[in-house]
Amino acid sequence: MADAGEPEGPERKDDIVKAKQEGKELTKEEKQRLRKEKKQQKKSKEKKDDKPSRDSEKEKKPASAASPAPQTPTQPPAQKAPSAAPAPVPVPASETPSAADKPAKSKAELKAERRARQEAERASKGKKGDVGPQAAPGKPKAPPSELQPVVKRLPEHVQVDNPEVLKKLAKKLERQQTPEYNAATKVKIPLRSDYGYKVSLFSHLHQYSRKAPLTQQLGIPSTVIHPAIVRLGLQYSQGIVAGSNARSVALLHAFKQVIRDYTTPPNEELSRDLVNRLKPYISFLNQCRPLSASMGNAIKYIKKEISNIPSQCKEEEAKRKLLNCIDCYINEKIVLAAKAIAKYSIEKISDGDVILVYGCSSLVNHILCEAFEKNRKFRVIVVDSRPRLEGREALRRLVQKGINCTYVLISAVSYILPEVSKVFLGAHALLANGYVMSRVGTSQIALVAKAFNVPVLVCCETYKFCERVQTDSFVSNELDDPDDLIVTRTGTTQLEHWQEVPSLGLLNLVYDVTPPDFVDLVITDLGMIPCTSVPVVLRVKNVDQ
Amino acid sequence: MELQAVLMAAGGGSRMTDLTYNTPKAMLPVGNKPLMWYPLNLLERMGFEEVIVITTKEVQKMMSTDPKMKLDVKMKLDVVCIQEDGDMGTADALRHIQQKIKTDILVVSCDLITDVALHEVVDLFRAHNATLAMLMSKAHEFTETVPGQKGKKKTAEQRDFVGVDQSGKRLLFMANEADLEDGLSIRKSIMRKHPRMHIKTGLVDAHLYCLKKAVVDFLADNKSISSIRGELVPYLVRKQFSKTTNCPKIKDDAEDQNQKKNDEPHGRQNPLKLCECFIISTPNSPLLQLAQDRSCWNDHRGDMSEAYHGGKLRCYVHIMDEGPCYRVNTLAAYIEANRLAPKLFEEVPVHPSAVISERCQMGSDSYIGAMCQIADKTSIKRSTIGNSTTVKEKVKVANSIIMHGVTIEEGCNIQGSVICSNAVIGRGADLKYCLVGNGQQIEPEGKDHWHEHTP
Repeated sequence: MADAGEPEGPERKDDIVKAKQEGKELTKEEKQRLRKEKKQQKKSKEKKDDKPSRDSEKEKKPASAASPAPQTPTQPPAQKAPSAAPAPVPVPASETPSAADKPAKSKAELKAERRARQEAERASKGKKGDVGPQAAPGKPKAPPSELQPVVKRLPEHVQVDNPEVLKKLAKKLERQQTPEYNAATKVKIPLRSDYGYKVSLFSHLHQYSRKAPLTQQLGIPSTVIHPAIVRLGLQYSQGIVAGSNARSVALLHAFKQVIRDYTTPPNEELSRDLVNRLKPYISFLNQCRPLSASMGNAIKYIKKEISNIPSQCKEEEAKRKLLNCIDCYINEKIVLAAKAIAKYSIEKISDGDVILVYGCSSLVNHILCEAFEKNRKFRVIVVDSRPRLEGREALRRLVQKGINCTYVLISAVSYILPEVSKVFLGAHALLANGYVMSRVGTSQIALVAKAFNVPVLVCCETYKFCERVQTDSFVSNELDDPDDLIVTRTGTTQLEHWQEVPSLGLLNLVYDVTPPDFVDLVITDLGMIPCTSVPVVLRVKNVDQ
Repeated sequence: MELQAVLMAAGGGSRMTDLTYNTPKAMLPVGNKPLMWYPLNLLERMGFEEVIVITTKEVQKMMSTDPKMKLDVKMKLDVVCIQEDGDMGTADALRHIQQKIKTDILVVSCDLITDVALHEVVDLFRAHNATLAMLMSKAHEFTETVPGQKGKKKTAEQRDFVGVDQSGKRLLFMANEADLEDGLSIRKSIMRKHPRMHIKTGLVDAHLYCLKKAVVDFLADNKSISSIRGELVPYLVRKQFSKTTNCPKIKDDAEDQNQKKNDEPHGRQNPLKLCECFIISTPNSPLLQLAQDRSCWNDHRGDMSEAYHGGKLRCYVHIMDEGPCYRVNTLAAYIEANRLAPKLFEEVPVHPSAVISERCQMGSDSYIGAMCQIADKTSIKRSTIGNSTTVKEKVKVANSIIMHGVTIEEGCNIQGSVICSNAVIGRGADLKYCLVGNGQQIEPEGKDHWHEHTP
């Protein structure tokens, strides 16, 4: 422990003054530790309030705290610079077993172990400015006990109006430099700037303009980011690839190309280097358009598959395995899932039905086309909304098949609902508390349908299930380009100069959440489940993996 | 690698032979920099690191000795020399370097001076997976009088008719007036797919093309196409809507994707010429097709067809509304470019190594090159003076372009003229709107108006 501690002294932000007194420092620390342990033992015996722990904390402050340690694993792993040292990897892994072993080992030993690991971690990472400000508010909250639950914070990509978070994001992007072969030219991924006035309730979210693509700031023959990813990012930001399933499939297709073109640099392992290679691509795509829940799950799956590749596997074989995995994933989770869902849904569609659909969901369209081919007699009412007007595309696909369709805008939904017998909705994601996240307007339709006692069926594949919990549409959403709301009718564009009016803000929301009370059934590839069973499915999925 | 840049610098400058009979067009000085420096600078600023330069041996020699090229151009230039006899068209040149081309290419002509944001053109190419993406600009009126030409010549016969769709990005129709003898005819299939078409005539083709690699392979097999601008681009634009391209056999349906994967060599299955298949049969990988099917996006509305009408061959154009974009292929354009190009790059008006006496009156619009010697009592207004030029006393130079190595003796009066390299203007000569060729000598006390002095 002494050996590990010595070079680490100057690294700690708070210990810059004591840098020269390294030898004495350690003995001081040891003394402090002993003091702390005694106090803790007293505290646990007497079960008093945390006044003595606060004192011990103040003593601990100059020596830096154990509190950053539980915080560091909660920071997104992407922040850790790619390091060859094995030190950072075992730290989060060993945190959990250390907590479990608590009754077995004594507190002192555990603390000493953790301290040593922390120092080794710091040595390999270099200076970490973000630990400082985050540790400061964290310290009074987390007393020295390890069993204190980790304080979960709002994810960084949501806190757009907090300048500190923005600075951190810029630094993170800088650090996510693609390792070039000569390692001399490290180009950073540019930060896309927000556009226009944001409505105050949503000022914590990003709002980008379609006319200012991220490619403006990149060099033209993109060497930093793989061309397939640049193309994909462009297609996302211009809306050419839209829809949860389409985006996931396109993402996996681009990753296949990246894997095909990848060569392991010397002295590196494919399982680690490829994951690090993918990180800047993912942040690039995130800036072009925020990632969807389905894309997030797909990325998690790929990263897991890559890290599970044994190190003795040859590169060609590893690549082939990965490409195969991706194909299997798409086949299982998207194509076959769609078939299974269609099979279940057709049982629910009876002859003479009037089915209402909203917007353009690839899954719902697929179900209706399949049902039509199985000779069910029904007609469809397509409800559409501005500014995307996706219903037109759904209308086109259904009419092309020969299905009898009606088209209305969402303002007419309460007029036509008396005619409707069922409502089929697609979902962008299903949250862990049973809420359905879908295109903005879906919750309206579900609400009105509930008022008319019309059954609402949501169709969603299991790979879109996400562990997030949300009860409102404000905390986490996506803001689209506000200029989409501007329309030119008979030669005049009313909102053309909306930016000059100081009290006017244009809001173009993309998603909203529907509470489970309005949803009667969720049709997934695992079967037909009520909305409240979503956490069960998630638990089962985690156990499987 | 995403894009390879190809610079076409072997052109002969056939529309300004007075200037180019001695100096090749690529090395004509514009604002005291060789003409080909401008597109190279554009490519360098955009982030290219390597450029394939197709040129003649003469230009290559001049390039290696020119200080501007050596110092300022940091990219790696892969120079390919071709014969100077002028029979090789731009497409022929591409065919010549087919072996070097490994990815999609960006073809630029050496006479393009512009500051366009290149990502606008390349983004169209990337986002829509286009076969061709090109740059065009609204034509600017030339305001300067051209020496050697009395009055303004109107060239109305060589208009280009360009048809774009409603969004202004998709290229639907392109033809030169010379090819349309009976009038403009548009096929019904195009009108059915794109009922609203805007036809523009006042556009200048910047000769900047992004082409897919498949097109270069197609050129290799199709030896009849020799010019990109004249033949290849109209061919591709026409082929977007040809029936054979959009034959339902080639369209990938979601159901028989797996079958299509096995039918790789489409050419053998369809009654098409083998060469045409290269462009058309870029079969979408099944995943990409799946993504496109599931995506709720369409580039048009109102009819029953899918995105892009199922067409695999797409041509896009980016039309620049504002900003400079010049093709220096005529004398008028050359003069205009000389006037405006230095402003684009914020050139230092006087090169540090020029020796200018204090009693010289220099307007702010003038640019003096390196190693010049300007004597007393001279007045230089709105002119460009090249490197190593000597201007003696009492000379008035206005609205003129003076190239390198020129000697102007005392008392001359030069207005609105172009003096090529190494010319000598004798004492007291009075030149108005003249064009003096390379190495010419004007006698002292000569009075010339609207003359061209060329051997």
